[in-house]
Amino acid sequence: MSNTPERSESAAETHSADLEQGFLAKIESETKVEPKDWMPDAYRKTLIRQIAQHAHSEVVGMQPEGNWITRAPTLHRKIGLLAKVQDECGHGLYLYSAAETLGTSREELVTALHEGRMKYSSIFNYPTLTWADIGAIGWLVDGAAIVNQISLCRTSYGPYARAMVRICKEESFHQRQGYGIMVTLAEGTADQRAMAQDALSRWWWPSLMMFGPHDSDSAHTQSSITWKIKRQSNDELRQRFVDITVPQADHLGLKLPDPDLRWNADRNHYDFGEIDWDEFWRVVKGGGPCHLQRMAKRKAAHENGRWVREAAAVYAHKQRTDQQVA
Amino acid sequence: MTNAPDQWPLWEVFVRTKRGLNHQHTGSLYAADAKMALENARDLYTRRQEGVSIWTVPATEITASSPEDEGPFFEPAEDKVYRHPTFYPVPDGVENL
Repeated sequence: MSNTPERSESAAETHSADLEQGFLAKIESETKVEPKDWMPDAYRKTLIRQIAQHAHSEVVGMQPEGNWITRAPTLHRKIGLLAKVQDECGHGLYLYSAAETLGTSREELVTALHEGRMKYSSIFNYPTLTWADIGAIGWLVDGAAIVNQISLCRTSYGPYARAMVRICKEESFHQRQGYGIMVTLAEGTADQRAMAQDALSRWWWPSLMMFGPHDSDSAHTQSSITWKIKRQSNDELRQRFVDITVPQADHLGLKLPDPDLRWNADRNHYDFGEIDWDEFWRVVKGGGPCHLQRMAKRKAAHENGRWVREAAAVYAHKQRTDQQVA
Repeated sequence: MTNAPDQWPLWEVFVRTKRGLNHQHTGSLYAADAKMALENARDLYTRRQEGVSIWTVPATEITASSPEDEGPFFEPAEDKVYRHPTFYPVPDGVENL
Protein backbone atom coordinates (compact mmCIF):
# COMPACT_ATOMS: atom_id res chain seq x y z
CA MET A 1 0.00 0.00 0.00
CA SER A 2 1.28 3.50 -0.80
CA ASN A 3 1.94 5.74 2.16
CA THR A 4 2.89 9.06 0.61
CA PRO A 5 0.25 11.52 -0.63
CA GLU A 6 1.66 11.66 -4.20
CA ARG A 7 1.77 7.91 -4.51
CA SER A 8 -1.77 7.36 -3.21
CA GLU A 9 -2.98 10.11 -5.55
CA SER A 10 -1.48 8.48 -8.61
CA ALA A 11 -2.71 5.07 -7.48
CA ALA A 12 -6.19 6.58 -7.27
CA GLU A 13 -5.77 8.11 -10.73
CA THR A 14 -4.69 4.78 -12.20
CA HIS A 15 -7.61 3.05 -10.55
CA SER A 16 -9.95 5.69 -11.91
CA ALA A 17 -8.46 5.36 -15.40
CA ASP A 18 -8.89 1.57 -15.14
CA LEU A 19 -12.52 2.01 -14.21
CA GLU A 20 -13.07 4.33 -17.17
CA GLN A 21 -11.37 1.87 -19.52
CA GLY A 22 -13.42 -0.99 -18.14
CA PHE A 23 -16.58 1.03 -18.56
CA LEU A 24 -15.80 1.97 -22.17
CA ALA A 25 -14.97 -1.65 -22.97
CA LYS A 26 -18.32 -2.70 -21.54
CA ILE A 27 -20.09 -0.10 -23.71
CA GLU A 28 -18.13 -1.17 -26.81
CA SER A 29 -19.17 -4.78 -26.33
CA GLU A 30 -22.85 -3.79 -26.16
CA THR A 31 -23.03 -4.97 -22.54
CA LYS A 32 -25.78 -3.15 -20.68
CA VAL A 33 -24.94 -0.93 -17.74
CA GLU A 34 -27.10 -1.76 -14.70
CA PRO A 35 -27.89 0.39 -11.64
CA LYS A 36 -25.16 -0.66 -9.24
CA ASP A 37 -22.36 -0.74 -11.83
CA TRP A 38 -19.55 1.80 -11.61
CA MET A 39 -20.13 4.58 -14.14
CA PRO A 40 -18.51 7.94 -14.88
CA ASP A 41 -20.18 10.81 -13.04
CA ALA A 42 -20.93 12.53 -16.32
CA TYR A 43 -22.68 9.41 -17.67
CA ARG A 44 -24.83 9.21 -14.55
CA LYS A 45 -25.67 12.93 -14.60
CA THR A 46 -26.53 13.09 -18.28
CA LEU A 47 -28.76 10.04 -17.97
CA ILE A 48 -30.60 11.39 -14.93
CA ARG A 49 -31.27 14.55 -16.90
CA GLN A 50 -32.33 12.81 -20.11
CA ILE A 51 -34.52 10.15 -18.50
CA ALA A 52 -36.16 12.55 -16.05
CA GLN A 53 -36.89 15.09 -18.78
CA HIS A 54 -38.41 12.28 -20.81
CA ALA A 55 -40.56 11.40 -17.77
CA HIS A 56 -41.59 15.03 -17.22
CA SER A 57 -42.60 15.20 -20.90
CA GLU A 58 -44.95 12.23 -20.52
CA VAL A 59 -46.68 13.75 -17.53
CA VAL A 60 -46.95 17.29 -18.91
CA GLY A 61 -48.07 15.77 -22.21
CA MET A 62 -51.23 14.57 -20.48
CA GLN A 63 -52.43 18.18 -20.41
CA PRO A 64 -52.90 19.09 -24.10
CA GLU A 65 -54.67 15.79 -24.74
CA GLY A 66 -56.59 15.74 -21.47
CA ASN A 67 -58.01 19.03 -22.68
CA TRP A 68 -60.31 17.19 -25.13
CA ILE A 69 -61.51 14.24 -23.04
CA THR A 70 -64.77 15.95 -22.06
CA ARG A 71 -65.37 17.07 -25.65
CA ALA A 72 -64.49 13.94 -27.61
CA PRO A 73 -67.11 13.58 -30.36
CA THR A 74 -68.14 10.00 -29.53
CA LEU A 75 -67.99 7.64 -26.57
CA HIS A 76 -65.65 5.41 -28.56
CA ARG A 77 -63.25 8.33 -29.08
CA LYS A 78 -63.56 9.33 -25.43
CA ILE A 79 -62.57 5.96 -24.03
CA GLY A 80 -59.72 5.71 -26.54
CA LEU A 81 -58.38 9.10 -25.50
CA LEU A 82 -58.78 8.29 -21.80
CA ALA A 83 -56.78 5.10 -22.32
CA LYS A 84 -54.06 6.98 -24.19
CA VAL A 85 -53.71 9.68 -21.51
CA GLN A 86 -53.65 6.98 -18.84
CA ASP A 87 -50.83 5.26 -20.73
CA GLU A 88 -48.81 8.50 -20.81
CA CYS A 89 -49.06 8.70 -17.05
CA GLY A 90 -47.78 5.14 -16.82
CA HIS A 91 -44.93 5.98 -19.18
CA GLY A 92 -43.96 8.82 -16.87
CA LEU A 93 -43.81 6.33 -14.03
CA TYR A 94 -41.60 3.82 -15.89
CA LEU A 95 -39.19 6.64 -16.74
CA TYR A 96 -39.13 8.17 -13.24
CA SER A 97 -38.41 4.66 -11.92
CA ALA A 98 -35.51 4.29 -14.35
CA ALA A 99 -34.09 7.71 -13.42
CA GLU A 100 -34.40 6.93 -9.70
CA THR A 101 -32.15 3.85 -10.08
CA LEU A 102 -29.31 6.30 -10.78
CA GLY A 103 -29.41 7.75 -7.30
CA THR A 104 -31.99 10.51 -7.32
CA SER A 105 -35.45 10.73 -5.77
CA ARG A 106 -38.86 11.53 -7.19
CA GLU A 107 -38.97 14.55 -4.89
CA GLU A 108 -35.71 15.92 -6.35
CA LEU A 109 -36.87 15.40 -9.93
CA VAL A 110 -40.29 16.97 -9.41
CA THR A 111 -38.77 19.92 -7.57
CA ALA A 112 -36.25 20.44 -10.38
CA LEU A 113 -39.09 20.55 -12.90
CA HIS A 114 -41.18 22.92 -10.81
CA GLU A 115 -38.24 25.24 -10.23
CA GLY A 116 -37.41 25.34 -13.94
CA ARG A 117 -34.07 23.52 -13.58
CA MET A 118 -35.28 20.65 -15.73
CA LYS A 119 -37.24 20.83 -18.94
CA TYR A 120 -39.85 18.79 -20.74
CA SER A 121 -40.33 18.38 -24.46
CA SER A 122 -41.34 21.72 -26.02
CA ILE A 123 -43.91 20.03 -28.24
CA PHE A 124 -46.31 20.06 -25.31
CA ASN A 125 -46.20 23.85 -25.15
CA TYR A 126 -48.48 24.11 -28.18
CA PRO A 127 -52.26 24.35 -27.66
CA THR A 128 -54.83 21.80 -28.80
CA LEU A 129 -57.26 24.12 -30.54
CA THR A 130 -59.62 21.58 -32.16
CA TRP A 131 -60.55 17.90 -31.97
CA ALA A 132 -58.41 17.38 -35.09
CA ASP A 133 -55.38 18.36 -32.99
CA ILE A 134 -55.90 15.15 -31.02
CA GLY A 135 -55.64 13.22 -34.29
CA ALA A 136 -52.56 15.17 -35.39
CA ILE A 137 -50.85 14.65 -32.03
CA GLY A 138 -51.45 10.90 -31.96
CA TRP A 139 -50.25 10.55 -35.54
CA LEU A 140 -47.32 12.99 -35.62
CA VAL A 141 -46.16 13.60 -32.05
CA ASP A 142 -46.49 9.99 -30.94
CA GLY A 143 -45.14 9.02 -34.36
CA ALA A 144 -42.01 11.09 -33.81
CA ALA A 145 -41.71 9.74 -30.26
CA ILE A 146 -41.92 6.19 -31.59
CA VAL A 147 -39.04 6.78 -34.04
CA ASN A 148 -36.94 8.15 -31.20
CA GLN A 149 -37.98 5.48 -28.71
CA ILE A 150 -37.37 2.54 -31.02
CA SER A 151 -33.80 3.78 -31.40
CA LEU A 152 -33.50 4.16 -27.62
CA CYS A 153 -34.52 0.52 -27.06
CA ARG A 154 -30.82 -0.15 -27.69
CA THR A 155 -29.54 2.50 -25.28
CA SER A 156 -26.68 1.36 -23.04
CA TYR A 157 -28.38 1.88 -19.67
CA GLY A 158 -30.45 -1.24 -18.86
CA PRO A 159 -33.39 0.28 -16.97
CA TYR A 160 -33.84 2.99 -19.64
CA ALA A 161 -33.74 0.44 -22.47
CA ARG A 162 -36.30 -1.75 -20.74
CA ALA A 163 -38.60 1.22 -20.12
CA MET A 164 -38.34 2.03 -23.85
CA VAL A 165 -39.32 -1.50 -24.86
CA ARG A 166 -42.37 -1.37 -22.65
CA ILE A 167 -43.31 2.10 -23.86
CA CYS A 168 -42.92 1.17 -27.54
CA LYS A 169 -45.40 -1.68 -27.13
CA GLU A 170 -48.01 0.69 -25.78
CA GLU A 171 -47.22 3.63 -28.05
CA SER A 172 -48.26 2.02 -31.32
CA PHE A 173 -51.94 2.08 -30.31
CA HIS A 174 -51.51 5.81 -29.72
CA GLN A 175 -50.34 6.43 -33.23
CA ARG A 176 -53.10 4.32 -34.79
CA GLN A 177 -55.70 6.06 -32.66
CA GLY A 178 -54.45 9.45 -33.89
CA TYR A 179 -54.23 8.42 -37.51
CA GLY A 180 -57.71 6.87 -37.28
CA ILE A 181 -59.07 10.26 -36.21
CA MET A 182 -57.34 11.93 -39.16
CA VAL A 183 -58.82 9.36 -41.56
CA THR A 184 -62.36 9.93 -40.25
CA LEU A 185 -61.99 13.70 -40.60
CA ALA A 186 -60.24 13.61 -43.98
CA GLU A 187 -63.01 11.39 -45.36
CA GLY A 188 -65.75 13.49 -43.76
CA THR A 189 -67.44 16.79 -44.56
CA ALA A 190 -65.61 19.75 -46.09
CA ASP A 191 -65.45 21.35 -42.64
CA GLN A 192 -63.96 18.20 -41.12
CA ARG A 193 -61.38 18.00 -43.88
CA ALA A 194 -60.46 21.63 -43.41
CA MET A 195 -60.10 21.08 -39.65
CA ALA A 196 -57.81 18.10 -40.23
CA GLN A 197 -55.70 20.08 -42.71
CA ASP A 198 -55.42 23.00 -40.30
CA ALA A 199 -54.27 20.75 -37.46
CA LEU A 200 -51.68 19.07 -39.69
CA SER A 201 -50.38 22.47 -40.83
CA ARG A 202 -49.89 23.56 -37.22
CA TRP A 203 -48.35 20.36 -35.84
CA TRP A 204 -45.99 19.38 -38.67
CA TRP A 205 -43.01 21.65 -38.00
CA PRO A 206 -43.18 21.33 -34.17
CA SER A 207 -43.10 17.54 -34.67
CA LEU A 208 -39.92 17.82 -36.73
CA MET A 209 -38.46 20.03 -34.00
CA MET A 210 -38.95 17.19 -31.50
CA PHE A 211 -35.79 15.60 -32.90
CA GLY A 212 -33.69 18.51 -31.63
CA PRO A 213 -31.08 20.69 -33.27
CA HIS A 214 -28.96 19.65 -36.25
CA ASP A 215 -26.22 17.29 -35.12
CA SER A 216 -23.65 19.99 -35.85
CA ASP A 217 -25.39 22.31 -33.34
CA SER A 218 -25.90 19.70 -30.67
CA ALA A 219 -23.41 20.05 -27.82
CA HIS A 220 -24.13 16.76 -26.05
CA THR A 221 -24.27 14.46 -29.01
CA GLN A 222 -20.66 13.25 -29.07
CA SER A 223 -20.46 11.88 -25.52
CA SER A 224 -23.97 10.45 -25.82
CA ILE A 225 -22.89 8.57 -28.94
CA THR A 226 -19.59 7.37 -27.42
CA TRP A 227 -21.45 6.05 -24.40
CA LYS A 228 -24.17 4.57 -26.60
CA ILE A 229 -26.87 6.48 -24.78
CA LYS A 230 -27.89 7.80 -28.16
CA ARG A 231 -27.74 5.25 -30.96
CA GLN A 232 -28.62 7.47 -33.93
CA SER A 233 -28.21 11.17 -34.58
CA ASN A 234 -30.96 13.80 -34.46
CA ASP A 235 -30.87 14.31 -38.22
CA GLU A 236 -30.97 10.58 -38.97
CA LEU A 237 -34.05 10.11 -36.80
CA ARG A 238 -35.75 13.20 -38.21
CA GLN A 239 -35.13 11.95 -41.78
CA ARG A 240 -36.61 8.57 -40.86
CA PHE A 241 -39.73 10.22 -39.46
CA VAL A 242 -40.22 12.32 -42.61
CA ASP A 243 -39.75 9.30 -44.89
CA ILE A 244 -42.32 7.28 -42.93
CA THR A 245 -44.88 10.04 -42.53
CA VAL A 246 -45.11 11.67 -45.98
CA PRO A 247 -46.83 8.63 -47.57
CA GLN A 248 -49.25 8.57 -44.62
CA ALA A 249 -50.16 12.20 -45.32
CA ASP A 250 -50.54 11.39 -49.03
CA HIS A 251 -52.99 8.63 -48.13
CA LEU A 252 -55.10 11.19 -46.23
CA GLY A 253 -55.02 13.52 -49.23
CA LEU A 254 -53.72 16.30 -46.96
CA LYS A 255 -50.86 18.69 -47.73
CA LEU A 256 -47.74 19.10 -45.65
CA PRO A 257 -46.83 22.77 -45.08
CA ASP A 258 -43.41 22.51 -46.76
CA PRO A 259 -42.89 23.77 -50.32
CA ASP A 260 -39.40 22.19 -50.35
CA LEU A 261 -40.65 18.69 -49.63
CA ARG A 262 -39.92 16.29 -52.48
CA TRP A 263 -38.72 12.74 -53.07
CA ASN A 264 -35.03 12.58 -53.93
CA ALA A 265 -34.38 9.42 -55.96
CA ASP A 266 -30.59 9.81 -55.70
CA ARG A 267 -30.62 9.90 -51.91
CA ASN A 268 -33.59 7.53 -51.65
CA HIS A 269 -35.07 9.89 -49.05
CA TYR A 270 -37.40 12.89 -48.97
CA ASP A 271 -35.74 16.28 -49.15
CA PHE A 272 -37.44 18.75 -46.84
CA GLY A 273 -37.20 22.40 -45.90
CA GLU A 274 -35.21 24.04 -43.15
CA ILE A 275 -36.74 24.30 -39.69
CA ASP A 276 -37.26 27.82 -38.34
CA TRP A 277 -34.43 27.64 -35.81
CA ASP A 278 -35.29 31.00 -34.24
CA GLU A 279 -38.70 29.61 -33.38
CA PHE A 280 -37.10 26.37 -32.18
CA TRP A 281 -34.77 28.10 -29.69
CA ARG A 282 -37.43 30.57 -28.62
CA VAL A 283 -39.73 27.72 -27.64
CA VAL A 284 -36.97 25.60 -26.05
CA LYS A 285 -36.08 28.56 -23.85
CA GLY A 286 -39.61 28.76 -22.48
CA GLY A 287 -41.38 30.89 -25.09
CA GLY A 288 -43.90 28.25 -26.17
CA PRO A 289 -47.52 29.52 -26.05
CA CYS A 290 -48.65 27.22 -23.24
CA HIS A 291 -45.47 26.89 -21.17
CA LEU A 292 -46.64 29.00 -18.24
CA GLN A 293 -50.04 27.33 -18.21
CA ARG A 294 -48.52 23.83 -18.33
CA MET A 295 -46.21 24.55 -15.43
CA ALA A 296 -48.92 26.22 -13.35
CA LYS A 297 -51.24 23.25 -13.85
CA ARG A 298 -48.48 20.77 -13.01
CA LYS A 299 -47.53 22.53 -9.79
CA ALA A 300 -51.17 22.94 -8.76
CA ALA A 301 -51.85 19.23 -9.39
CA HIS A 302 -48.89 18.28 -7.23
CA GLU A 303 -49.77 20.68 -4.41
CA ASN A 304 -53.48 19.91 -4.49
CA GLY A 305 -52.75 16.20 -4.24
CA ARG A 306 -50.50 16.59 -1.21
CA TRP A 307 -53.29 16.04 1.33
CA VAL A 308 -54.16 12.72 -0.36
CA ARG A 309 -50.57 11.51 -0.19
CA GLU A 310 -50.25 12.56 3.44
CA ALA A 311 -53.58 11.04 4.43
CA ALA A 312 -52.70 7.74 2.78
CA ALA A 313 -49.34 7.64 4.57
CA VAL A 314 -50.91 8.44 7.96
CA TYR A 315 -53.63 5.83 7.42
CA ALA A 316 -51.06 3.18 6.49
CA HIS A 317 -49.03 3.99 9.58
CA LYS A 318 -52.12 3.82 11.78
CA GLN A 319 -53.10 0.41 10.34
CA ARG A 320 -49.62 -0.97 11.03
CA THR A 321 -49.61 0.38 14.60
CA ASP A 322 -53.12 -0.94 15.30
CA GLN A 323 -52.05 -4.37 14.05
CA GLN A 324 -49.02 -4.36 16.30
CA VAL A 325 -51.09 -3.45 19.32
CA ALA A 326 -53.81 -6.06 18.54
CA MET B 1 -35.82 6.25 8.18
CA THR B 2 -38.24 9.14 7.98
CA ASN B 3 -39.75 10.45 4.80
CA ALA B 4 -41.57 13.71 4.28
CA PRO B 5 -45.22 13.24 5.33
CA ASP B 6 -46.38 12.84 1.73
CA GLN B 7 -43.73 10.31 0.68
CA TRP B 8 -44.58 6.67 0.19
CA PRO B 9 -42.23 3.70 0.23
CA LEU B 10 -40.98 2.01 -2.95
CA TRP B 11 -42.30 -1.42 -4.00
CA GLU B 12 -41.02 -3.82 -6.63
CA VAL B 13 -43.59 -5.59 -8.79
CA PHE B 14 -43.45 -9.16 -10.07
CA VAL B 15 -46.04 -10.47 -12.54
CA ARG B 16 -46.93 -13.99 -13.67
CA THR B 17 -48.04 -13.52 -17.27
CA LYS B 18 -49.81 -16.84 -17.45
CA ARG B 19 -50.33 -19.96 -15.40
CA GLY B 20 -47.37 -22.26 -15.60
CA LEU B 21 -44.82 -19.42 -15.82
CA ASN B 22 -42.74 -17.76 -13.06
CA HIS B 23 -43.37 -14.32 -11.72
CA GLN B 24 -40.97 -11.91 -13.43
CA HIS B 25 -39.82 -8.53 -12.23
CA THR B 26 -41.80 -5.97 -14.21
CA GLY B 27 -41.17 -2.61 -12.57
CA SER B 28 -41.60 -0.53 -9.46
CA LEU B 29 -44.04 1.96 -7.94
CA TYR B 30 -44.69 3.98 -4.81
CA ALA B 31 -47.64 3.11 -2.57
CA ALA B 32 -48.67 3.89 1.00
CA ASP B 33 -49.40 0.26 1.93
CA ALA B 34 -49.60 -3.29 0.59
CA LYS B 35 -53.20 -3.06 -0.60
CA MET B 36 -52.51 0.11 -2.56
CA ALA B 37 -49.31 -1.42 -3.95
CA LEU B 38 -51.24 -4.38 -5.34
CA GLU B 39 -54.03 -2.27 -6.81
CA ASN B 40 -51.62 0.22 -8.34
CA ALA B 41 -49.51 -2.62 -9.75
CA ARG B 42 -52.63 -4.03 -11.41
CA ASP B 43 -53.47 -0.60 -12.88
CA LEU B 44 -49.94 0.14 -14.03
CA TYR B 45 -48.59 -3.19 -15.20
CA THR B 46 -51.57 -5.25 -16.34
CA ARG B 47 -53.68 -2.80 -18.35
CA ARG B 48 -53.46 -5.08 -21.35
CA GLN B 49 -53.98 -8.35 -19.55
CA GLU B 50 -50.27 -8.85 -19.13
CA GLY B 51 -50.70 -10.86 -15.95
CA VAL B 52 -52.75 -13.35 -13.97
CA SER B 53 -50.91 -12.90 -10.69
CA ILE B 54 -48.99 -10.07 -9.05
CA TRP B 55 -46.51 -9.97 -6.17
CA THR B 56 -45.46 -6.67 -4.64
CA VAL B 57 -42.48 -6.48 -2.31
CA PRO B 58 -41.18 -3.47 -0.38
CA ALA B 59 -37.89 -2.59 -2.11
CA THR B 60 -36.14 -2.53 1.28
CA GLU B 61 -36.88 -6.26 1.68
CA ILE B 62 -34.86 -7.22 -1.39
CA THR B 63 -31.27 -8.35 -0.94
CA ALA B 64 -29.20 -8.08 -4.08
CA SER B 65 -25.80 -9.37 -5.11
CA SER B 66 -23.37 -6.62 -5.96
CA PRO B 67 -21.88 -6.04 -9.43
CA GLU B 68 -18.39 -5.49 -7.97
CA ASP B 69 -18.51 -8.93 -6.46
CA GLU B 70 -19.95 -10.44 -9.60
CA GLY B 71 -16.77 -12.31 -10.53
CA PRO B 72 -15.82 -13.85 -7.18
CA PHE B 73 -19.43 -14.44 -6.10
CA PHE B 74 -20.24 -16.55 -9.15
CA GLU B 75 -16.75 -17.88 -9.75
CA PRO B 76 -17.24 -21.36 -8.28
CA ALA B 77 -19.57 -22.26 -11.16
CA GLU B 78 -17.09 -21.23 -13.87
CA ASP B 79 -14.93 -24.35 -13.83
CA LYS B 80 -17.57 -26.95 -13.05
CA VAL B 81 -18.31 -28.05 -16.60
CA TYR B 82 -19.23 -31.46 -15.23
CA ARG B 83 -22.55 -29.93 -14.17
CA HIS B 84 -23.52 -29.74 -17.84
CA PRO B 85 -24.84 -32.82 -19.69
CA THR B 86 -22.60 -32.03 -22.68
CA PHE B 87 -19.55 -32.91 -20.57
CA TYR B 88 -20.58 -36.56 -20.61
CA PRO B 89 -20.02 -38.53 -23.84
CA VAL B 90 -22.79 -40.78 -24.97
CA PRO B 91 -21.68 -43.91 -26.85
CA ASP B 92 -22.83 -44.18 -30.44
CA GLY B 93 -26.07 -46.02 -30.89
CA VAL B 94 -27.25 -45.41 -27.32
CA GLU B 95 -30.53 -43.54 -27.25
CA ASN B 96 -32.71 -41.81 -24.68
CA LEU B 97 -29.73 -40.61 -22.58
